[in-house]
Amino acid sequence: MDAIQVTQPRETVIHTVGRLAIEFVLSVGDLALFGLSMTGWLIRRRIRRSVLLENMYEIGVRSIPVVVITGGFIGMVLAVQSYNQFRLMRLETRMGSVINVALVQELGPVLAATMLAGRVGSAMASQLGTMRVTEQIDALRVLGANPIHYLVVPRFLSCVLLIPLLTAIADAIGIIGGWFLGTQVLGISSFHYWQHSIDYATAYDVFNGLFKSMFFGAAIGLIACHRGFNCGAGAEGVGKAATEAFVYSFVVILALDFFLGIFLSALYYVIWPAPVKLVNAGCVDHLLHFMS
Amino acid sequence: MNTEAEKPSQPLIELRGVSKQFGTHQILRDISLTVQQGETLVLIGESGCGKSVTMKLIMGLLNPTQGTVLWNGKSLSERSEHELTQDRLRFGYLFQGAALFDSLSVFENVAFGLRQNSAMSDHYIQLIVHERIQEVGLPVSVCDKKPAELSGGMKKRVGLARALAMTPEIILYDEPTTGLDPIMSDVINSLIQQTRLRMPVTSIVVTHDMTTVRKVADRIVMLYPLSRLDDDEPQIVFEGTADEAFASTDSRVSQFVRGEARERMQELMVG
Repeated sequence: MDAIQVTQPRETVIHTVGRLAIEFVLSVGDLALFGLSMTGWLIRRRIRRSVLLENMYEIGVRSIPVVVITGGFIGMVLAVQSYNQFRLMRLETRMGSVINVALVQELGPVLAATMLAGRVGSAMASQLGTMRVTEQIDALRVLGANPIHYLVVPRFLSCVLLIPLLTAIADAIGIIGGWFLGTQVLGISSFHYWQHSIDYATAYDVFNGLFKSMFFGAAIGLIACHRGFNCGAGAEGVGKAATEAFVYSFVVILALDFFLGIFLSALYYVIWPAPVKLVNAGCVDHLLHFMS
Repeated sequence: MNTEAEKPSQPLIELRGVSKQFGTHQILRDISLTVQQGETLVLIGESGCGKSVTMKLIMGLLNPTQGTVLWNGKSLSERSEHELTQDRLRFGYLFQGAALFDSLSVFENVAFGLRQNSAMSDHYIQLIVHERIQEVGLPVSVCDKKPAELSGGMKKRVGLARALAMTPEIILYDEPTTGLDPIMSDVINSLIQQTRLRMPVTSIVVTHDMTTVRKVADRIVMLYPLSRLDDDEPQIVFEGTADEAFASTDSRVSQFVRGEARERMQELMVG
């Protein structure tokens, strides 16, 4: 009523930037503490098998259809796109190399993680958010269960352990999709397709993608649970938590992909210095030089 | 009524100068109250005056901005997280919306505390769960249902069964009859009374249902919303028995216990 009429000083750009910076630091700090507390419980006490399996089923098994569809289409789209380019140079038999390297290193892990951030991340955030709003998280504490141990640890573990496996499924389906379109529809010889694929796509590329996906899984699990635990009141709060879980984890996935990509390329260069010089090291050197 | 509290023994629960603030919004200011072993304390007050927050502070689910909460004379902030979790098991808490875990069946809900904190065999747990379910007047067949399939009154009763499963010494009821029909409200009130007769519990009830107050209260504490108080007025506007509350000459108390709108209607017009 009369309290509403209090005149607030208008916020300038500097105020806004300052406020956003403070909010950013606070939420990153809070997320870090949340992660630490989660790690503490992860180490301190074993979780019940039934709780873990239930979460693994929900997060892993139930996500297979989404991941299969994503993987299949990425493979086929890559085949269509690269075919046009490669045909101009009459190199279409070699397109398997590009499709499969891009798929296992980048597109498989990143797009699978994005889909899972949408499916698993939002679902976890809204579920935990609803539990918070309806006092179920308080009820857990009253009944002697630690909510982080009971709710967050199994979800985090399921994400970290199963997202790499889901990524592997996406990779496999993508490889089949790319092969199917390239050889069965676009008419490239199957022998040459595989031959060139094997020449270029190495085990390290596959490892690279799966290694990154573990971090994507950790990011999805942690961010989604954190958003759920800090959910605002009512249906609006729950909806916001779900959206934030997806958006934040997507941004973090992209950022992690970039930095882990640099790290893994550098690592390859350290482990196998000679053969990679032309392909990867050049890029990393340039980047490191640019950043310093 | 309970007449044990003749000697001034150490209170079971004590709030000393407790204030609670969310952001810039102050809910509680300098609240001090004690709960003696075996009594039933009823906290009344209109919506938004901080009753439920007081319950959560008592339970250690929220930390006070100022002041201390003590159980058996020892402050909650002096207890380690582990100690706090262990001591919390002496409490049973019936939540406002029952707060049943909706991913678990009724049976698993009631069994939750037992599974979590004891190494009881499944057979023994089943015995206890069935006994508690029957005590709150529900058939054993509800055990297989999910909370979403239950009516409001059934949820409340399952919530009560869950709170009683661990045979608590202290039970907190957060608005036990809100949203229930008059008959179910009376069922819940009777269950609160029966529980007290069956085991020697201390109860704290938060409510604005005067029927509940009349039926179960040994002592009443009334909170008043801070927004309607001056800075120097105490937030606890009444402390005494139910009869004293109904006979009170304080207009704030009589207005509440009789449920009269009075000047609030004018406020609406002006607003």
